[in-house]
Amino acid sequence: MNAIINFASNLIRGVSSNKDVFKFNGGVHPHDHKAESTTLPIAQLALPEKLILPLRQHVGYIPKVLVQVGDFVLKGQMLAEPEGTVSAAIHAPTSGTITAISEQVIPHPSGLPDMCITLTPDGKDTWAQLQPTDWRNADKKVLVDSLRSSGIVGLGGATFPTHIKLRTNGKSNVQTLVINAAECEPYITCDDMLMRERADQVIKGIEIVQHLLGAEKCIIGIEDNKPQAASAMTAACTSKAMQVKVVPTLYPSGDARRLIHLLLDIEIPNDKRSTDVGIQVFNIATVLAVYRYFEFGEPAINRIVTMTGNVAKPQNFEVLFGTPLEALIKAAGGAKADTTHYIMGGPMMGFDLPNEQVPITKAANCIIAAAPDLFAAPPPAMPCIRCARCADACPVNLQPQELYWFSKADNFEKARDYHLFDCIECGCCTYVCPSDIPLVQYYRYAKSEIIALDKAKEAADLARERNDFRLARIEREKLERAQKHAERALAGKAEAKSSEIAVAEATKEQLSEKQETAPNVETTTSAPSDKQVAIAAAIARAKAQKLASANATESTTESATATEAIKTPEVEAAELKAKQDKQALIAAAIERAKAQKLAAAQAGVTPKNVENVSAAVQAEINETDALREKVKLATETKKPE
Amino acid sequence: MNRSPYITDAPTVSIIMLKVLLALVPGIIAYTWIYGGGILVSLTIATTTALAAEAMLLKIRQRPIKPYLMDMSAVVTAWLLALALPPLAPWWLVVVGTFFAIVIAKQLYGGLGYNPFNPAMVGYAVLLISFPLIMTKWPAPLLLAEHPLSFIEQLHFIFSNVLPNDIKVDAITSATPLDYLKTQLMLKHEVASITEASIFGQFGAKGGEVVTGAYLLGGLYLIQQRIISWHLPTAFLAALAAISFTFCAINPAHYANPLFHLMSGASMLCAFFIITDPVSGPTTPRGKLYFAAGVGVLTYLIRVYGGYPDGVAFAVLLMNMCVPLIDALTQPRVFGHKK
Repeated sequence: MNAIINFASNLIRGVSSNKDVFKFNGGVHPHDHKAESTTLPIAQLALPEKLILPLRQHVGYIPKVLVQVGDFVLKGQMLAEPEGTVSAAIHAPTSGTITAISEQVIPHPSGLPDMCITLTPDGKDTWAQLQPTDWRNADKKVLVDSLRSSGIVGLGGATFPTHIKLRTNGKSNVQTLVINAAECEPYITCDDMLMRERADQVIKGIEIVQHLLGAEKCIIGIEDNKPQAASAMTAACTSKAMQVKVVPTLYPSGDARRLIHLLLDIEIPNDKRSTDVGIQVFNIATVLAVYRYFEFGEPAINRIVTMTGNVAKPQNFEVLFGTPLEALIKAAGGAKADTTHYIMGGPMMGFDLPNEQVPITKAANCIIAAAPDLFAAPPPAMPCIRCARCADACPVNLQPQELYWFSKADNFEKARDYHLFDCIECGCCTYVCPSDIPLVQYYRYAKSEIIALDKAKEAADLARERNDFRLARIEREKLERAQKHAERALAGKAEAKSSEIAVAEATKEQLSEKQETAPNVETTTSAPSDKQVAIAAAIARAKAQKLASANATESTTESATATEAIKTPEVEAAELKAKQDKQALIAAAIERAKAQKLAAAQAGVTPKNVENVSAAVQAEINETDALREKVKLATETKKPE
Repeated sequence: MNRSPYITDAPTVSIIMLKVLLALVPGIIAYTWIYGGGILVSLTIATTTALAAEAMLLKIRQRPIKPYLMDMSAVVTAWLLALALPPLAPWWLVVVGTFFAIVIAKQLYGGLGYNPFNPAMVGYAVLLISFPLIMTKWPAPLLLAEHPLSFIEQLHFIFSNVLPNDIKVDAITSATPLDYLKTQLMLKHEVASITEASIFGQFGAKGGEVVTGAYLLGGLYLIQQRIISWHLPTAFLAALAAISFTFCAINPAHYANPLFHLMSGASMLCAFFIITDPVSGPTTPRGKLYFAAGVGVLTYLIRVYGGYPDGVAFAVLLMNMCVPLIDALTQPRVFGHKK
């Protein structure tokens, strides 16, 4: 059935019969707008007046700052070291002085400020001592470990620390290295220009990565709208293990899973990584960074950025990380008068930048100056007419119209059932929607809501667990205290009667404990309020639960019934048993003390530490004895009741 | 703020609806040629009623009127209903049907995008049940009529039910081939002899098959323009052809051939214009096949065994009910999920 559908669909769509490429569902063909920024070669951007280096430029933990305000640093010197496994270092892009370590606005969809190191260049651009590596003869593990301090992250936009992708733990199961040079988003040309101008270095980078992964073959995927890049790469290929494969221009073929399918006809299972099936994907610019790190010892301090859109001279620039956006705009001939704002990334998945002072980061592959005639404001959304054009365009083969319906209705469980989390937010659905519904926004909303709900649930579970544990601890401490009391009483006093007192005391404590409305000593308010009663009731319930679960042999009391406030006969029985256990413990302690005492009497020794006590201590002992007598009397008089 | 994508490339709802209307034009031209200009009057009445009813309901529901009227969906409903009704249907019949379609079947469910049933077919079904006599009396095509009515005479008939002197209603109307076939079969006649009657043409109804052919043309344009997917018409026509072929093969004396069924009644209108309503239809490719095949089979069964000459309206409404189930059961495999 599906075969017939596919055949008929292809017949009507007139899909190219290129048997070498394995098409995925959907995709769209937006105008690529790449020609604008490829007329000029990659240019070096002049040293800006200051560099703002956000600590968070990658996926993972924030690195630990190694410098202080006022420190002089050299170009390439590490400013922050990676902390934890998934983390990346930050290096000084030029020589100069650290002038601030403070919160600044960073290029992020939230537009919120984050910790940044501000570096004021001295203009000399003095390199620190660089250490090139003879990667061909070095141990792979050492090489990958050294990459940890290179600061290199995925430059395609994902910014995942590169050293983690190369860790093979001795044995590698990666047979195929896929180099992602599809660059499917419109406007972006940084990878295109990189391949045209630096194909030789890129190929060397591929050699290194291939060597580190132990991958037998490498496929470089390039969209057919970059013929110059493809031919430059083909010409530069040095080994038969590398192959340049041209794929049809179709957004989002640059998505890793889509690209793997296109090139290899392999569908990565949704719950697995590409490495599970022996494939690792690297962006082409990342590979070049790896080459420069090993060959010259240069850490990640710059990248190529496409500055395009509504600027006088769209062009690619090699930009130091931390360079304020305004310097880049100036270099591109300035923005045209009707520029409204700037977009980082492509027009399909990019986001609005908060202002022109934000720094260029490791993720910044493209900056587009936006103007109304480039990106028209979307008309007001009309109702969904269920035309399913979105489903036809979805590269993940989801049903966006259903996801929209569920997300809009806050029906999150259903949205999850319909595989909301498989959505890659590529924007194809919104791109083709006749009703101009901002579908992706609905999915982002639903995803964040679901994640928040899951987190809240997790936190609640944790809090409950912690509370249960705390209550158990209080219980245990009480028990221990009672036991200690009993033991001390016996040990401190050589009278046989004392055992009775101890028992009485223990019982009293137990009694008082029962009477206490709130065993919680932290609650200082003495007046019993409704709230306190409620708390006490809750605690009592929790105790009952705890005991029930402790005693139940089936240990399946996590069921809903256990959470109910009503005391079931089982719970009561459990409580009784616990009480008996407790008394038995006390009795055992008393027995032990008695035995000790007996032994001591037989040996003709008095209890320890009663001889050389000070007057104060003796007074205390006497006082305690008196108290005990009193208690004994009280309990005796109470008995008849 | 992350509000990407910043670019879109899609026809608006209005453009889609306008293309559907455009695709109906060949059918309307053929219709006018065969049955006279009366249909243009019906179309005008239906369009006016639909827009007025839509505007009124939008106002009551406190929705913006202009964007929703401009989406042209009400006009599509009006045209489909008018084309499904017998030519020369009295004006009030068109008004009642259109009003019901727009107000009850569409706006009361929430307007565009929310109606579970095809509005035009709801309007049609209501009229068929309420006024069966008028709804099953079709005027003969002009070339077959004893007294072909002029446009002015048709106008008179539509608005005041008045015919020129000494012409009786029976003289201008006749049973449709589907209707005629059914009654004659009940009289124990054989298909071969029945279809020799003058009202039968090459494939279906004489004259009517031209209109049907024009619909097919318009439908192919819609597929070419990617306004409708090929799944629906293909599955509908294939199912209708398959079931009629099976019956015809078993007993050709009692069951008409597949071509007759494909080219008669509202088959082509249904295949390309009625079941292709996206709102009340399924969305998955596989679901579309099942849905359309279901309509095809039901249409045939109602035609052959039901109480009405044509079964399209009821078949569509019955399958509309199954849409949520069909969609739920035919979810395509998501990329990376197990086969």
